[in-house]
Amino acid sequence: MEILVCVKRVPDTAENEFELNSAGNDLDRDDLVYSVNEWDNYAVEEAIQIVDKVGGNVTVITVGDDESEEVLRREMAMGANSGILLCDDAFEGSDGKGIAGILKAEVEKGSYDLIMSGAQADEGAGQVGGMLAAMLDYPYASLVNKIEVQDGKITVGREIEGGNQEMNEIQLPCVLSIQTGINEPRYVGIRGIRKVAKVDIPVNGADDLGIDTASVGAAGAKTKRVDYFVPDMGDGAEMLEGSTDEIIEKLIEKLKAKGGL
Amino acid sequence: MTQIFAYIPFKNGAAEDVALEYPTAAKKIDEGASLTAVVTGSGADLDKVADEMTSIYSQVIKIDHADLAYPNAEVVRKALVNIIPTDAVFLTAHDTFGMDMAPGLSVKMDSAYAADMVDFEGIDGTTLKGVRQELGGAVNIHVTIDISSGAVMTVRPGSFAPVDGGSAGGSVVDKSGDAGDLSVKRKFLEVVEAEAGDVDITKSDVLVSIGRGIEDEDNIEIAQELAEAMNSVVSCSRPIVDAKWLEKSRQVGTSGQTVKPKVYMAMGISGSFQHMGGVKGNPFIVAVNKNPKAPIFQVADVGIVEDILDFIPELTEAVNDL
Repeated sequence: MEILVCVKRVPDTAENEFELNSAGNDLDRDDLVYSVNEWDNYAVEEAIQIVDKVGGNVTVITVGDDESEEVLRREMAMGANSGILLCDDAFEGSDGKGIAGILKAEVEKGSYDLIMSGAQADEGAGQVGGMLAAMLDYPYASLVNKIEVQDGKITVGREIEGGNQEMNEIQLPCVLSIQTGINEPRYVGIRGIRKVAKVDIPVNGADDLGIDTASVGAAGAKTKRVDYFVPDMGDGAEMLEGSTDEIIEKLIEKLKAKGGL
Repeated sequence: MTQIFAYIPFKNGAAEDVALEYPTAAKKIDEGASLTAVVTGSGADLDKVADEMTSIYSQVIKIDHADLAYPNAEVVRKALVNIIPTDAVFLTAHDTFGMDMAPGLSVKMDSAYAADMVDFEGIDGTTLKGVRQELGGAVNIHVTIDISSGAVMTVRPGSFAPVDGGSAGGSVVDKSGDAGDLSVKRKFLEVVEAEAGDVDITKSDVLVSIGRGIEDEDNIEIAQELAEAMNSVVSCSRPIVDAKWLEKSRQVGTSGQTVKPKVYMAMGISGSFQHMGGVKGNPFIVAVNKNPKAPIFQVADVGIVEDILDFIPELTEAVNDL
């Protein structure tokens, strides 16, 4: 089975305290720690496990800049066989549809049975997988937390409300977005990354993909991100301050009043 | 005039709460917009929900088809493409159905897409301004959406004030005949219900709930000790279950359990909307997090900026000394 996994380099929510820049319209990006989108690691792990069972190859792909190559290498160190970087100045400022359109152009150059992505990334939209499927006329299932492969079709479980699981039979080729918790992504050490440091990663731009640059990037985006801002905190929490002993004393009084103790 | 259509999700013949929230969202998009509810399904449940919607919406479209009996996003999308005008604004909830159905619908309708909208700030010509969140709720961002050739948008449940239904006096239009070919390449099989766990967190008046801040499986013990001291039980957020440190039945959130405690101790939990979506009944929320920017401090009643690994054992000791 030929599997393509779409990944993204994102600011790491576990490693950063996000603050706005001095102009107050964007993140202060000077010291941000970036890593591969958490959901994508589960997608790559799942792809590797499927190929271990039924044979085939895992290709990881991203739309990004030069620095995005590091996340492709990280996923190749996990066990993906090859990587593709889609990079062009014209791609900058793309909305979800722009990104899906760029990926579609590369997908049509290959022959993939299964395309996966993380269920969502830093922007929290969870949109690219579903758009890519619709553009390719492939069936789609989102928030997948179980995959069983049979001949020419697969059974997938989707995580739905209340911890329930919706089971579906889906025909190949298809696109799936993967939810965290579907597996336990393997650890990648520095040695693993060194092993793939020299592997050639092809870089394709708009010309290589036959993409009309007016349809992507900021020019083609119907949904545009304007500025970050600090939400109105509203009432917010009453912050307890002082020494830990003082805080605990205040907290215990409140817990007693509210029925917590 | 902007035409807005809102998809009504329902279960067992009862519409989800978001049905009362779309009218507020629609007004914030365009005060003068027309608003039509769309209900898809099959049989008596569908009719019941469609009738109920006439008290909130002046126009209700129903699509009745055996293949729509379960809301398989692939089938619903095909039906909607044939019913919704391509230059309309289409709203659906940012839930597990909306996330499944809506991105592809925007492609098929060749319209703009915007996900998980938490607010709208009006329309200027064909440019709609709205608000979303990024990075797990850590930051807000303004977005503009060009709706000149229509838009598909998901709205976050609970973000728009519910309206009082009852007076719309609407009517139901049956468009089942326009749904067209509904054959798809994905077949719904069944819903597997969540397994019950060893502890029922929904029964406890106090929850000591842990998130990423617990850092290591071995540290869960300190949360259990605090829970014992407070005569409560330990619940958790999603990363703890993903790491297989606690059972799924302990997870609070839209994809886990819905709880209604009196006191909710959010320990090292950032407070994503998916997590807080499982905390109902307006409990007294205590948040302890070493990150002063954690979104949980916006929704908590009391906030403490401390590392839970140091704070929890001290609190446990103080409670035990009472």
